[in-house]
Amino acid sequence: MSASAPESDAWPLWEVFVRAKRGLSHTHVGSLHAPDAALALHNARDLYTRRQEGVSIWVVPASAITASSPEERDAFFDPAADKVYRHPTFYEVPEDVEYL
Amino acid sequence: MSEAHAPLVAALADDALIYAQRLGEWISRAPQIEEDMALGNIGLDLLGRARSLYGLLGSLDGTGRGEDDYAYWRDEREFRHVHLVEQPRHDFGLEIVRLLLVASLDVERYAALASSADVELAGVASKAVTESRYHRDHARLWTLRLGDGTSESHDRMVSALERVAPYVDELFEDTAVEVAAADAGVGVLPSTLKSAVMRFVEDVLAEATLDGVPSSRWRSRGGREGLHSEACGYLLAEMQHLARSHPGATW
Repeated sequence: MSASAPESDAWPLWEVFVRAKRGLSHTHVGSLHAPDAALALHNARDLYTRRQEGVSIWVVPASAITASSPEERDAFFDPAADKVYRHPTFYEVPEDVEYL
Repeated sequence: MSEAHAPLVAALADDALIYAQRLGEWISRAPQIEEDMALGNIGLDLLGRARSLYGLLGSLDGTGRGEDDYAYWRDEREFRHVHLVEQPRHDFGLEIVRLLLVASLDVERYAALASSADVELAGVASKAVTESRYHRDHARLWTLRLGDGTSESHDRMVSALERVAPYVDELFEDTAVEVAAADAGVGVLPSTLKSAVMRFVEDVLAEATLDGVPSSRWRSRGGREGLHSEACGYLLAEMQHLARSHPGATW
């Protein structure tokens, strides 16, 4: 998002990620509108951490996220469905292997 | 028997309560729902602060009153807040300028009160400093964007500064309320806070390409003695009518 916001009523959309506590990863919690990054962070604090939900917040311009599309779902995800050998449980561990 | 600094605690509580009421009016009226929440949150911080202070006040002034007694059952002349916080809501620019002033004052005065000889007041004060730093930062971010934004937003900020100008001197006036508390070693004189508060405010305004707070031909006075402007009565009527129409009601 450029620093000079367009002169319209519509503020850009931001995706919000909150880390609940140290050691956990940031998790997507929702989105919001804000004119720029600093205010997006303020708004995220007010909207998503009112009840001590987090110790760290990331905001990301929604436009910066490239997402897979629902129409492509089959092509993207179905090929993985019948490849059981990609799961570690597919393999039998030899009895002698102690520390695997 | 009433402690010397009871009127100061009343003044601080009333500043917080009345401004909380004004900020609450923004819910559903700010430029975006996100800003409804931001101003509403700040109002709730101030309301929580007022509740803590009224809790102290009941024992300090010897009347044993509770928070609802102070909020709902006092009349206009018994309120001790400054005129700035009771002024009617205007546009978003004015609210940001008012918030910048009030939060900057709160940061400095509660920082001083955090080392008050009254340890309970000091406890409320140290929590208040953290909250007010956030409020001040919110006002600062918006001041920069509005002052240095479009010509429309810049003009509105200029007129907001003209509107608040008459109410600024009262913030730093050493009235009998503050002097009594300071003499008792519990309070802080507003006049000693002025340079720090105004330095912060003027720096933000300069960065936002705005001139400072202009001088004004008249100035407000008397809030700490219970003398208020016309706006106060309407605000109290709205705030108090439910509790007074249904005394003792709970929900």
